[in-house]
Order: sequence, then C-alpha cells, then structure tokens
Amino acid sequence: MIAEHVAFGIIAAVMVASALRVVTARDIVHAALYLVIVLAGVAALFLLVGAEFTGITQVLIYIGAVIVLFLFGIMLTRTGFDQDEETDHKHKFPAVLTALLLLAVMIGALVDRFGDEKLDANLPGGLTPQTTAQVSDELFSQYIVPFEAVSVLLLAALIGAIVIARREEGG
Amino acid sequence: MTAATVVSGLLAVEVPYWAASIIKVGVVALVIPTAALVLGYVFLMKMMSFMQSRLGPMEAGPYGTLQLLADGLKFLQKEDIFPAKADRTVFALAPLVVLISTFLIYVVIPTGPDAVVAQLDVGIFYALAVSSLSVVGILMAGWASANKYALMGGLRAAGQLIAYELPLVLAVMGVVIQAGTLDLQKIVTTQATGEIFGWDGIGNPFILTQFAGFFIFLVAVQAELTQPPFDMPVAESEIVGGYQVEYTGFRFLFFFMGEFGTAFAFAALASVLFLGGWALPWGDLGHWGFNIAGPAIMLVKVLAVSALIFWFRFTYPRLREDQLQRLAWKFLIPLSLVNIVVTGIFKVVL
Repeated sequence: MIAEHVAFGIIAAVMVASALRVVTARDIVHAALYLVIVLAGVAALFLLVGAEFTGITQVLIYIGAVIVLFLFGIMLTRTGFDQDEETDHKHKFPAVLTALLLLAVMIGALVDRFGDEKLDANLPGGLTPQTTAQVSDELFSQYIVPFEAVSVLLLAALIGAIVIARREEGG
Repeated sequence: MTAATVVSGLLAVEVPYWAASIIKVGVVALVIPTAALVLGYVFLMKMMSFMQSRLGPMEAGPYGTLQLLADGLKFLQKEDIFPAKADRTVFALAPLVVLISTFLIYVVIPTGPDAVVAQLDVGIFYALAVSSLSVVGILMAGWASANKYALMGGLRAAGQLIAYELPLVLAVMGVVIQAGTLDLQKIVTTQATGEIFGWDGIGNPFILTQFAGFFIFLVAVQAELTQPPFDMPVAESEIVGGYQVEYTGFRFLFFFMGEFGTAFAFAALASVLFLGGWALPWGDLGHWGFNIAGPAIMLVKVLAVSALIFWFRFTYPRLREDQLQRLAWKFLIPLSLVNIVVTGIFKVVL
C-alpha cells in the first residue's frame, strides 16, 4: 500500500496548494486554470482507489465541459487583457464562513460513519477496482429510481434554461 | 528453431516495469511527430496539390518528401517570441496542454493482441475524455495572447468543440451497444469474430451496421480538428489564424503536431471502432504474428480514413458560424440519438 500512500500524498499536496491559489489568484482566468488542476487531482484520486469510470467521467464532465464553459463565460464577458481589475472581496467573510461550515459538516459525517474503522480491501465496496459493467448493473437495478429521478430533474433544468433564454430574447 | 519460436521467445521475456514504461512512453512520443509528418506530407501537401492540379513541394528530397522535416528544422531555429502584453506562463503552457491531450489518446489505441500501451476497461470513453482536454489548451492560447483575433479564435473554437463533442460521443455509443463493451481491444475482437447472418467471411465490421455512426463520427472529427469546412476558429481570411496568431517557432510547431497527431489518433479510433482495427477476420487472433502485422494493417486503415477526412477538407467551403451550430444541434445530434435507439432495439430483439 506504500506506493498508493505516496501517490495520495503528492496528489493531495498539489490539490491543496492549487485550491488555495484558486481563491487567492488576482486574475479570474488564473483561478479557473488552478481549478483545472484541483479537478484533475480529484480524477487522479478516483483512479487511485480503482474507480476508473468515475475518474474518467470526472475528466470528461468537469475539465472537458464545466471548466471550458467557465472560461468561455469569463472570456466572453470580460475584456480579458487588463490584469489589475479587482476581484470581488466584498463577500470574503460569508465565503470563509460557508467553507468552514462545509468542512465541519464533512469531517463530522466522515468521523461519525467511519471513526477508526479501516476498509477491508477484499470486501465489496472496499478498495477493489470496479469495472464499468458493475457500475452500470447497479445503476440500472438497485439505483434505478434515483437515477431516473435525476434524469427527469436534469431534463426539467434543461427545459427551464431554454424557456428563460427565449424570454430574454424577447421572442 | 523457427522464426516463430524466436519471436514468441522474445515476446515472453519479462521486461521490468520501469523499462516497459520507458519503452511505452518512447513509442507514444515517436508516433506523434511521425504521424504529423506522414499525414502532412501525403495529404496536406501532395493530395491537396494534385486535387488543385499542381505538384506541391518538389525540391527537398525526392518528390519533396523531406519538405516537412526542413520546415520543422526551420521552426526550431526561430526566435521564441512572446507578445508584450501576453500572460507568459499561460502562453507557454497552452501548446503543451494541446499536445499532452493528443499524447494521452494514443495510450489506449490497440495495434495488436499485446501491442497496446495500456488496455483499459473503459478504453473508448477514456480516449474521448482526454481528447476533450485540448479545448482548455486552445482557450488558454486564445486568452493569453492578449490579441483580439486570438481571443475570438479561442471562443469560436470552444463553442465549436463543445457542440461537436456530443455527436462524437453519441456516434460511438452505437458501436459500444453493439459490441457490449467500452474496451477497444474487445471491440476489435468482436468485429473479427462476428458474422453477418451466419456468414463469417469478413467478420462483422461495424461500418456495415453503424454506417450512420461512422458518418457522424467523421463529421464530428472534422469539426474537432478545426479544419475546413469547420475552420472558423483559425480562419486565416478573417481572424488570421485565430488562437495560433501570436505563436511562432517551436510553439507553433507544437500546435501543428497536435493537430495532425490528433487527426491520426481519431483516424485510428475510427478504424478500430468501425473497420475492425488491427485484426483480420481470418486466423487465430491471439497469434504473435498479429503484434507485427497489426500495426501495418492498422496503418492501411488509418490512411484510408485519413484520406476521407482530408478529402472533405479540400472539397467543401467554410460553413458560417450559425450553419455550423445548426448542423450539430439540429441534424447530427438527433440523427445519432435515433441511431442509438435503433441499435438498442436491434440489440434487444436479436
């Protein structure tokens, strides 16, 4: 397990450093690019615990689509060339508070669930690589209802977005 | 001792993990420049020239074969220029991001039963995911150049690549449903061992049943490569090269290699998905000989697919931006969804 621990340490250190730069970078495009490194780190962690499908989905959705939309939006709405434009610091205090609250909730949930317990690598749900076939089998049998609910929710969001865009167009 | 035993003996030698890794990295690193040279020479220079009734480069080497090498050397000698207001770090990193995205695709492309860098359970899904990384590099280049033509090119590229990512992925779904796996190696063997209504003479290459998928895939690839008729992001006549406008020397060379390396990689993916990849439908698929014959068989198929891609490129005039988006959202995506539904029905019925 030593190699995995070293890899985890390196990835985690890079992620934390980049995450700090996301919130401290003066330029919003730089912040978005540091976010790419953080999200790539998440994908690497998924791969490290054998969740191949989830890791690659992370790359496709977050880096390939979400970040590109971020950058697209930033570049479309700003001039993009002046570096000294002030990033918004008005909401610094509530933002720090929210982050700390989220951290407390997540630590609480993890400690409450696992405590000192160690995952057995040989148990189902342990650190065994999971194939895509297993993921899809579970998704379409055990978790079919939540899966369908999420699909309908996404469809509703999609239609809502189109309706709002159409109304603003004035057509 | 026959040749067969010698070769299978060589293949059976246990290579340590680090040595295998170095060999694999070396192979992938060599494939991209070679692919760029081959495609650039055969299609960009010679095929386009012949279609336009001219000879193309003839001076460097026999029939101008060394022209691209000469061009490459010229690029390496050029001064490394940064625009005065450019964001230097992002500007320097952008071509690397594009090139790395290309490198990562090659990792999963199989060229023989054992001749593959990494056989992943999620092969084709991985290839499509890493190919989408190049958009980030293009946006970085467009933004960091501090040039409005570059920024416009970057934005156009992003809008285009997002729109055509969908038909690209959806076109592949048909093949995945039919083969029942995402693993590129298994997609190859499924086609080689398949049969058409009980006749197994040529296996069952998916181009026969997934012709719509093949067509959508090629059109989407054309747009992903930002080459004519989908070259608005780099349109020389309006925005003088788009996101590449401020790049010179070896950084421009990176973009060039990235473009042709990706063209080669997508052609290889198309030949694996639709034309049966490295395998021939006759003979034992596990045979060691396929590790040597496989790359050659692949190369023939890849060049055939590339010829199609470049034929489109030299034939059609540039689309307008709204025509481009309409083609993706109103024609290609609905068509690929219908293709998925039909494939799904057949998969369940048969």
